[in-house]
Amino acid sequence: MVKARRDIDVLKKSPTGIKGLDEITKGGLPKGRPTLLCGCAGSGKTLLAMEFLMRGAMDYEEPGVFMTFEETPEDLAKNFASLGFDLHGMTSRGLIATDYVRIERSEVEETGEYDLEGLFIRLGDAIDSIGAKRVVLDTIEALFAGLSNATILRAELRRLFHWMKERGVTAIVTGESGDKTLTRYGLEEYVADCVILLDFRIEEQISTRRLRIVKYRGSSHGADEYPFLIDESGISILPITSLGLDYPVSMERISTGVSKLDVMLDGKGFYRGSTVLVSGTAGTGKTSMSATFAAAACLRGERCLYFAFEESPSQIIRNMSSIGIDLARWVNKGFLKFHSTRPTLYGLEMHLVTFHKLIEDFNPQVFIVDPISNLSAAGKASEVKSILTRLIDYLKMKKISTFLTNLTHTGSSLERTSEEISSLIDTWLLLRDIELNGERNRGFYILKSRGMAHSNQIQEFLLTNQGIDLIDIYTGTGDVLTGSARIVQEAEEEASEHARRSEVDRRLREQERKMKAMDAKIAALRIEFDMESEEMNLMKEEERKRQSVLAEDRLKMADLRKGGPSALRRIARKRGGKGA
Amino acid sequence: MEAVPPGERKQAKTDSTEKTWNLRLYVAGQTPKSIAAFSNLKKICEEHLAGKYRIEVVDLLKNPQLAKGDQIVAIPTLVRKLPEPLKKIIGDLANTERVLVGLDIRSISG
Repeated sequence: MVKARRDIDVLKKSPTGIKGLDEITKGGLPKGRPTLLCGCAGSGKTLLAMEFLMRGAMDYEEPGVFMTFEETPEDLAKNFASLGFDLHGMTSRGLIATDYVRIERSEVEETGEYDLEGLFIRLGDAIDSIGAKRVVLDTIEALFAGLSNATILRAELRRLFHWMKERGVTAIVTGESGDKTLTRYGLEEYVADCVILLDFRIEEQISTRRLRIVKYRGSSHGADEYPFLIDESGISILPITSLGLDYPVSMERISTGVSKLDVMLDGKGFYRGSTVLVSGTAGTGKTSMSATFAAAACLRGERCLYFAFEESPSQIIRNMSSIGIDLARWVNKGFLKFHSTRPTLYGLEMHLVTFHKLIEDFNPQVFIVDPISNLSAAGKASEVKSILTRLIDYLKMKKISTFLTNLTHTGSSLERTSEEISSLIDTWLLLRDIELNGERNRGFYILKSRGMAHSNQIQEFLLTNQGIDLIDIYTGTGDVLTGSARIVQEAEEEASEHARRSEVDRRLREQERKMKAMDAKIAALRIEFDMESEEMNLMKEEERKRQSVLAEDRLKMADLRKGGPSALRRIARKRGGKGA
Repeated sequence: MEAVPPGERKQAKTDSTEKTWNLRLYVAGQTPKSIAAFSNLKKICEEHLAGKYRIEVVDLLKNPQLAKGDQIVAIPTLVRKLPEPLKKIIGDLANTERVLVGLDIRSISG
């Protein structure tokens, strides 16, 4: 443990200043030690070595010596100029010293013992003349072609590397790859500290440059093959696999550019730094959505980088102006930057490096790729996924909101991307066409949106001359209706609603009428009843009168018959008893 | 730049029509190989070019910047400046045959 800590203290690193290389090597090349840079012809060894020297002189105040065994000073100056470096200027300012070592075998006769002290002296002199801290030997293997005594050469090379360590210069020694060895003459034997391999491969007619750190004694380093790019500003290496899932996330929400969609996404829009995917079949409005999102970002004053794989910038600008989105304005103001290439122009990894480089240069807050599905033309599906994973990780790390579109093909499932990247996506919007009644309309819904409540409704997606509009679609009777069918259905529904309302009114009125009729009937019955009761009373009275009249009549009759008072009394008693 | 040690420089005196052999020996300090090379060279010159040669010994430890001009890598290196064309022989010049071939002396002395 203690030893390890001491090693960290001991192993100082010299930053190369080359984009990405310092990340992979965790700080640069071993300071004060030689590094072997090997690769096949044309793999970029000299260029990398050159940039190491130039960056050191310009950015780290470490002057450097470039000792070339292959190129004349004029060629060397041209090479430097191709990277935008002024070799003559740097030389006259004492930042760079060059020495061209030329050995022509035909001019040299070897007789007996010799050593390479001359080389040491030349290198030492060059180092001393400018106080150099960095040295490039490109490529020292040329000595093997110029001198025949390999035994002496090997011994002298061993001594040279040792000597450079003693001088404390950070050196790059280049060597050409051999058949089975890293270098043709086994230079890796002498350089034990750090070995970097450059590779230049062509797969399916697409070439990719790659860099790998074969070994780096006493230091951890990225172990993968990293693709790199050489352009007018030098070398860019992409440490794409060195990313993790530990990026910070933002709570900030940003508008999608479509107010209805913002409402559907919890009323606030996307999270900043999240990854949004819009997938859909051809002609469903993916590019329109991208452009809307881009315009919304620019309106907020953010920078937006737009990678177009299908259309040229001017075509996108023209097409988008037809739906009322003025992108040209943002391009002119410098908020929006288009980058159009054909996906097959170069390999996948080069695309990734290009993404990376442009993002570094432009520093956007919003990044759009339209569409990612075209990348599969440049590589296998598994590679595309790996590239996109690395890209998305990188974008998340930089808190760049990412908007990707994906063309799904009719026939395959819509809710599936050909690149199988759904798990990487935070918010997935789906556009689909709905064919009905001889019309083709666009439907839109949110398939998923991590970390927010979002609408589950399918909306009709309309492209108007004022941009995108989302409309609730008719789902009343179970069918999804869009376009004119929706309008017709809505009208029908309104009509039937109206009819229903008047029907209810009619029923109500009828009921009322019935009620009134019932009341009237009740009244009539009551009157009838009253009349009957009255009649009954009259009848009762009449009966009573008739009875009393009858009794009187009997008495009278008895009296008239003169039947004796006893008989009459009996009758009277009987009646009186009953009556009492 | 001038000869070390002095007195080794010999000028052609006898025949002015014949070209002077202008030889330059690059060394780095007084190493055994340098000393051997110098004595070997002197012996060969005395034998084959007596009176018409000139040896200049350049010590790169003293004048390191001179190494560039003649593209010196190995030490010791003998450079035939004159007669043209320029020729180089590296090593301690122990193999007389090869030195003679390298300097193209044999054909002259015949």
